[in-house]
Amino acid sequence: MNYTDTLIMNSYNKSPAPSNISLDVTGAVGVTDSATASHEKQNHQIEIENPKIEIKGLDFYYGKFHALYDINMRIPEKQVTAFIGPSGCGKSTLLRTFNRIYSLYPGQRAEGEILLDGRNILRRDEDINTLRAKVGMVFQKPTPFPMSIYDNIAFGVRLYERLSRKQMDERVEWALNKAALWDEVKDILKQSGKALSGGQQQRLCIARAIAVKPEVVLLDEPASALDPISTLKIEQLISELKDSYTIAIVTHNMQQAARVSDYTAFMYLGKLIEFNDTKTLFTNPQLDQTQDYITGRFG
Amino acid sequence: MDIYTRRKAINIFNLTIAAITTLFGLFFLSWLLWVLFQQGFSNLDWSLFTLDTPGPGDEAGGLRNAIVGSLLLTVVGVMIGAPVGVLAGTYLAEFGRYAWISHPVRFINDVLLSAPSIVIGVFVYEVMVIPMGNFSGWSGAVALSIIVIPVVVRTTEDMMRLVPDSMREAAAALGAPQWKVVTCVVLKAALSGVMTGILLAIARIAGETAPLLFTALNNQFFTMNMDEPMGNLPVMIFNFAMGPYENWHDLAWAGSLLITLAVLTLNILTRFFLRTKK
Amino acid sequence: MMNTVTGNTGVPVPNRIAGSLGDRLFHGVAWMAAVGVLLVLGAIIVMLTIGASPAFEKFGFFNFLSTAEWNPVTEMFGGLSPLVGTLVSSAIAILIGLPVSFGIALFITEMAPPWLKRPVGTAIELLAAIPSIIYGMWGLFIFAPFFADHIQPLLTDTLGELPLIGALFQDPPLGISVFTAGIILAIMIIPFIASVMRDVFETVPAELRESAYGVGSTTWEVVWNVVLPMTKVGAMGGVMLGLGRALGETMAVTFVIGNAHKLHLGLFEPGNSIASTIANEFTEADGEVYTASLIALGLILFIITFIVLGLAKIMLLRMAARQEGRPA
Repeated sequence: MNYTDTLIMNSYNKSPAPSNISLDVTGAVGVTDSATASHEKQNHQIEIENPKIEIKGLDFYYGKFHALYDINMRIPEKQVTAFIGPSGCGKSTLLRTFNRIYSLYPGQRAEGEILLDGRNILRRDEDINTLRAKVGMVFQKPTPFPMSIYDNIAFGVRLYERLSRKQMDERVEWALNKAALWDEVKDILKQSGKALSGGQQQRLCIARAIAVKPEVVLLDEPASALDPISTLKIEQLISELKDSYTIAIVTHNMQQAARVSDYTAFMYLGKLIEFNDTKTLFTNPQLDQTQDYITGRFG
Repeated sequence: MDIYTRRKAINIFNLTIAAITTLFGLFFLSWLLWVLFQQGFSNLDWSLFTLDTPGPGDEAGGLRNAIVGSLLLTVVGVMIGAPVGVLAGTYLAEFGRYAWISHPVRFINDVLLSAPSIVIGVFVYEVMVIPMGNFSGWSGAVALSIIVIPVVVRTTEDMMRLVPDSMREAAAALGAPQWKVVTCVVLKAALSGVMTGILLAIARIAGETAPLLFTALNNQFFTMNMDEPMGNLPVMIFNFAMGPYENWHDLAWAGSLLITLAVLTLNILTRFFLRTKK
Repeated sequence: MMNTVTGNTGVPVPNRIAGSLGDRLFHGVAWMAAVGVLLVLGAIIVMLTIGASPAFEKFGFFNFLSTAEWNPVTEMFGGLSPLVGTLVSSAIAILIGLPVSFGIALFITEMAPPWLKRPVGTAIELLAAIPSIIYGMWGLFIFAPFFADHIQPLLTDTLGELPLIGALFQDPPLGISVFTAGIILAIMIIPFIASVMRDVFETVPAELRESAYGVGSTTWEVVWNVVLPMTKVGAMGGVMLGLGRALGETMAVTFVIGNAHKLHLGLFEPGNSIASTIANEFTEADGEVYTASLIALGLILFIITFIVLGLAKIMLLRMAARQEGRPA
């Protein structure tokens, strides 16, 4: 456990908490004065009309370890939804259920329902590859494939569409433009993707993800490995992309969540604590735990 | 002698011995290479590459048939063994990473890696030479391929494991089916490592003698026909070194030098590849 | 922002079918290759057993192992002499190779200045890359005569005078002997043992070394009391790996061991090993029982090396498991 984690844990609990401890209790023993206000409420959620993704009673397990407890939430279409919370709270785990990327690993399993446009993607006969074409993902560390910049973008497109040379050129240019990378790489498309800087690599990965025209884009701490200037570019990119895509972003950086998202979910110990529009969550949190977390970080 | 002096003396004594053992190892390496280079280079001649091996009592002779035979056996052996090895290594690193069968396969593969090569020769004699009715280049190549497989399996798995999982996740997240992830992304990222493994396997079989003794046998005459017994450098060296003629011994030294140069070059190449990769 | 391309413009690929078919196909082929590795091992054991059965039927398994007679004329075969030769030459190789390898590993990990570590390590590893037939040539033409002229008389005059073990060292200096084979084997396996030892020594965390030095230990005390106890399982694995190599080595031994089917006490007398017997006689063997006896020797060699190498692998796995279990 790193220093910040310890800090956060301490703000809830003077003694180490078993992972399944009830949140009421942790709230009650919290160090802040307003601990009593939320005694009855375990979580608070804003109502979302027309969700793109609806999660119902989701539990997640890493082998025997119970990582997510009964998650229920609705993710709005063409908005940016941020997930925040201390390390190990399950925010990345939750994100990784939306495209079932966890199913690469045996022993990891999700129970419950995740409805994408009303279709349960956790069904056994769901075609995972088609699902992932619809739900793109960008990871914490840039992962350029060992091929040229052009082929990095074209790789995903070729999986699903047969394009003429000209159409493919257009698509590559379009995706790189969307990711605000075109001007920087248009003359070096044949060079290896690994030759780019870290920030450029990450934008390449975003371009690669949107080139296949997904409906949802998942971003798992996309800027945590980048310098401040690259981070700024990625954040600008996110707010531009939400016109066309439903975006879910996991971040450990609360300022970033506040800057880029429309809605924010706060998670703790595998549970969804509070989900609200971003402004309300950061200025007027409904639950003490949320308050503790955001003030603990800011203050 | 007080306890401190005693401890110091023990330390110095043992460390000196350790340094001497290292010199001992290096001494044998240099002795071996010196003799080999001296004897080999003094017998190196263009006629080695133009004349075939001499019969008993023949004056002039070269190694043409043995060199060509060795190249042919090695190439065919690698062409049979390397694809199987790469596929099996791919299974262990990717498709079957969590399958129960991968554990026995890994274990057995590591044991086969050091299994006595003469036994492999006996095995191939039984399954190929006896049914086919004669010694042949094919059976020699198959025996060599059985030595190639474990080397390639091991390096392929190791090198593919070095490719971070985030790369696989990124490809899968685009909706790529696993075989595309493996061929287009993982294998491509691990390619130089996999090639290194194949080079190592070539270095390993280039000097292998025991598995060829009763498979490819030897052939005094030039042939490219894999259905016949085939001349090759290692068995030629064995026969000529054990033989009574001075010019046979000279040819054996020259052949040894050729093999050693090839093997050392391959080894240094692989080191270079691996280092630039890291 | 450019937004000219909306919606999918190309012809869709029937990916679902192509994907799952490709997956199943590739998975299946890779699986077959992996299972092929197991099958090769199984086939080796089965074929050797079948090939050896006439010999075992005629002589009996244990009788075959305990008889030293080897007579192609009367078709009486027993594997005791090559078996003993194999074990003795390998034992000599380990007795010499183990301390030398330990010294080399110690030198590389604890003593050598950084600029020397890699060249020395590489040089030692190159010893392992040289084909065994080259060792054989060198052993036959260079080392054996040298050994007979200079070292063997020395050993006979010293070790040969000792009570009990003296008898082992008293034969005439031919140079071609079980002992020479053991020395050549030692040189061949040193790189294997030394590089495994070096690798496992390097797994000992720097903090542990530093705290041992911190209380005033000498380099030797750190190695002997801290590094070696922590890594002895892995180091033993390396030794077993070397032993496995020595037991199965063919060419280097065949050149210098003398290839005499005789069981005797002296280490300086010509002898034979399983591998050298097969290498020398297999193509000349006529008659079912003769061939079967050689294959039986091969089977025994394969089983012995399999056990030794299996143990080596298990030891190295245990070492690796301990390594991973270590708190970071």
